[in-house]
Amino acid sequence: MNTAGRVKQGFYFDSVTLMRVGRELSGLPGVAEASVVMATEANKSILAMSDLLLPEFKKCGDQDLVIVVRAKDAKAANDALAKAEDMLSRKKKPAAGGAAAAPAPRDLASAVALLPGANLALISVAGRYAAREARKALEQGLHVMLFSDNVSIADEVALKKLAHRKGLLVMGPDCGTAILNGVPLAFANVVPKGPIGIVGASGTGTQEVTCIIANEGSGVSQAIGTGGRDVKDAVGGIAFLDALQALANDRETKVILLVSKPPQPGVLKKVKALLRKIKKPVVALFLGEAGTPATLEEAALLAVAHAKGEAPAQALAHLTRRDEILAAEARTIVAKRKKPKGRYLRGLFSGGTFCAEAQVVLDGLVRHLYSNAPLGDSQKLKNAWKPEKNAVVDLGEDEFTVGRAHPMIDFTLRNKMILEQAADPDVSVILLDVVLGYGANLDPAGELVPVIKQAAKKVFVVAGVNGTIGDPQNRAKTVEALREAGAHVQLTNAAASKLAGLIAAEVARQNR
Amino acid sequence: MSIQKLFSAPLQVVNLGIESFKEACEKNGAPAVQVDWRPPVEVAPESEAILAKRAAQIEKANRKVMEIILAGTPKLVGLDVARNVIPGMTEDTILHAGPPITWDRMCGPMRGGILAGLVYEGRAATIEEAEKLASSGKIQYAPCHEHAAVGPMAGIVTPSMPVMIIRNEKFGNTAYCTLNEGLGKVLRYGAFGDEVTKRLKWMETVLYPVLKAALAHAGPIDLKNLIAQALHMGDEVHNRNRAGTSLLYRALAPAIVATCANQNDAVAVLNFINGNDHFFLNLSMPACKATLDAARGVKGSSIAVVMARNGTDFGIQLAGTGDLWFTAPAEVPDALYFAGFTKDDANPDIGDSAITETGGLGGFAIAAAPAIVQFVGGSASDAVRYTHQMYEITAGESRMYQIPALDFRGTPTGIDVRKVVEKNLVPVIDTGVAHKQAGVGQVGAGIVSAPMGPFAKAYDALAKLLK
Repeated sequence: MNTAGRVKQGFYFDSVTLMRVGRELSGLPGVAEASVVMATEANKSILAMSDLLLPEFKKCGDQDLVIVVRAKDAKAANDALAKAEDMLSRKKKPAAGGAAAAPAPRDLASAVALLPGANLALISVAGRYAAREARKALEQGLHVMLFSDNVSIADEVALKKLAHRKGLLVMGPDCGTAILNGVPLAFANVVPKGPIGIVGASGTGTQEVTCIIANEGSGVSQAIGTGGRDVKDAVGGIAFLDALQALANDRETKVILLVSKPPQPGVLKKVKALLRKIKKPVVALFLGEAGTPATLEEAALLAVAHAKGEAPAQALAHLTRRDEILAAEARTIVAKRKKPKGRYLRGLFSGGTFCAEAQVVLDGLVRHLYSNAPLGDSQKLKNAWKPEKNAVVDLGEDEFTVGRAHPMIDFTLRNKMILEQAADPDVSVILLDVVLGYGANLDPAGELVPVIKQAAKKVFVVAGVNGTIGDPQNRAKTVEALREAGAHVQLTNAAASKLAGLIAAEVARQNR
Repeated sequence: MSIQKLFSAPLQVVNLGIESFKEACEKNGAPAVQVDWRPPVEVAPESEAILAKRAAQIEKANRKVMEIILAGTPKLVGLDVARNVIPGMTEDTILHAGPPITWDRMCGPMRGGILAGLVYEGRAATIEEAEKLASSGKIQYAPCHEHAAVGPMAGIVTPSMPVMIIRNEKFGNTAYCTLNEGLGKVLRYGAFGDEVTKRLKWMETVLYPVLKAALAHAGPIDLKNLIAQALHMGDEVHNRNRAGTSLLYRALAPAIVATCANQNDAVAVLNFINGNDHFFLNLSMPACKATLDAARGVKGSSIAVVMARNGTDFGIQLAGTGDLWFTAPAEVPDALYFAGFTKDDANPDIGDSAITETGGLGGFAIAAAPAIVQFVGGSASDAVRYTHQMYEITAGESRMYQIPALDFRGTPTGIDVRKVVEKNLVPVIDTGVAHKQAGVGQVGAGIVSAPMGPFAKAYDALAKLLK
């Protein structure tokens, strides 16, 4: 060990600055200990205790700075001394004290103090804490969008009752999508303002209808989510009914569009009773119920027709023509491939409502339809990880999302399944949804292109790109990239499902 | 705001959770604030609901407490000997820092301080004798805080020690604190031996009478005013007391010269004060103690009136929970250590000096003392950030103690245990670190966080009381 030191006469530094320099020196390679102090009696006695009091320090006084280093050799010690001098002579950055920004608020109340006009709390913290935060928000007079799931039904009811009493809205829990005053919230698309007001108990369903409305040249006044459980009798449709009433009263809203799985009887009764009092045109899609509209696409087109003052029949006739074009396209696509393999369609969905809508569309196009989230005549898949026959899988179901990000964000699992399904000799078509908008993966094409390129060599890949031209992902480029990779792209989920079903049917016919 | 009104108002969003949601709002023209959200602290399941239900009652109590704290007028009015003035002080009493503790659980520096105290009092001739007496059960140990007193580090007060008397004139209560011994081998770090005893005797026989006479001559010293000035001069009056000590020196020096007949004594006393940057700490502490003690016993209040450590436990008391202590193990500070020492040498947090933070000073006022924040390698803006954060857990702001760097905003004052627990944000404390062996002394200093345990316990206790 080599101990070396220096005395700087008449230097003064704050003791804290000196301690920092000392600490930095101690961290240098080869340095065992270092101290940089003013040579007061107290400091000298500290140095003496550590055996760092060099003889030349003894006569130093309060006005002298001493630097001492114990290192493995003379070079390390001298390097450290030089470093100390360098640090002490360096010009300091201007102090930033006065300009320092306040740290982020730690709770809702402090945030409201910062943003006194706040009127909505968007809550996506872990479910077991979410109800507590939502309650605080309501008590502060804020509307709530509760993106979090895993909130108990008792908490949901209590929150919604409290909100109802206060004239506030609780969207959720498990509400993925809303557009309020033109602002997309959580998983939502960029959609122009317009005359159509939406109440949606399904997140992706709401995303799809708002996109179609935008793509058809109309717009959305408000899209209010309720969370899927709201239309169950246990909750009683509190948010659904409040939202519907608010849209009925809203002057901007000319047409009302309801998107939900079929409400339970008690809620349905209340909804129907309220609808009888509403004078505005209302289009209600209870997905899975037979009749018109049966799909998100039909519902959205009907709402747009009402908004534009066109005859609803005309909108549906337009769809029939579109389906004829798709049938021709399917035949062309199949004809281009020599000996297409397999006979089954496999749909891999990141959006639950897309998976449901696909089942409605595929009903009648393919036989023996299975799903992990069966609807109508579909049968329940025994094992969602190993689809069989014609099958559509909702990758947003709990069996896939435990310990994983949502499949709209994290494509890893679906990419793996795409390749697995493409390699299955029984599979002819893979159907995908590609969801754009805020919240979703910002580079879906980048994630999918390599996988689709591989899969498209073996099977037909059909993708529904669900988004608008305003979405942050750049829809045009996404579509182009997917097409180049070999996918057949449609701009609605219904059209993509239709095309996929037609291709599967055609291949199955050939391979019978 | 009804749902209808929401439709016609510009959307303004508070976002808790996924940060990209906030960015999307802003990109689409809606102002949004992100909450730096943390999971809440584990407390009894019913506590939060009870405290929420009693919010109005608590707020009312807290307003009263804050009015008392903010209106306090601590003044140094005199000096005397502990046995004459400290309430409940008997010949067998030894006061210590922090919450109550028995001899067998005391840390090294506290035991060392007690041994030094017994030798100083003449109760034992040797350290061995003192040890026997200390553990015999004859000596009654009690927290300073339960005797209207405070003490830095070990906080040992024995009957013969001179104490300064601080009177909260507005509310009529009094607090006491010993005189700061300075650096080197000192009792408050648990040192014992001839040097320690000699210094304590000098303080008793020279420093005390000289100061007492000088103060009688100069008249009471307004500590609130002095602390306010010190904050403008770079002190936060816990870990930096250079300005406060200088101001006190200015106030006392002429009186010492005027009243001390023995020139040698006058010189010695003046040099003693001048040579110890922390001399003022033993005034800023009782100033806070006198201010906060006046707010005790306001039923339903969730505001802390004590944070204190005994080197084993960290304890707090609330204005609204009477004499109850809420404790958890004291932690070893992550600090900057002097050359030759590491965290392994450090004793867990010790001393009553966190009374300064409880009173809205120290770590809470650290934006006024940017030099101190360098203890953790921080910058001046870090100091501002620490103080900003403390506004999150306090009930009010000082009307007197201001921070230049925050445009003379009053320091965050009155720790509300509800905010600490519900925001999962603990007080920051500016502290010195003692060696875990008695008598080695200070080995470092830094900015430490209080443990959450005592606050969570106090939260539950308050809820139980208000059920």
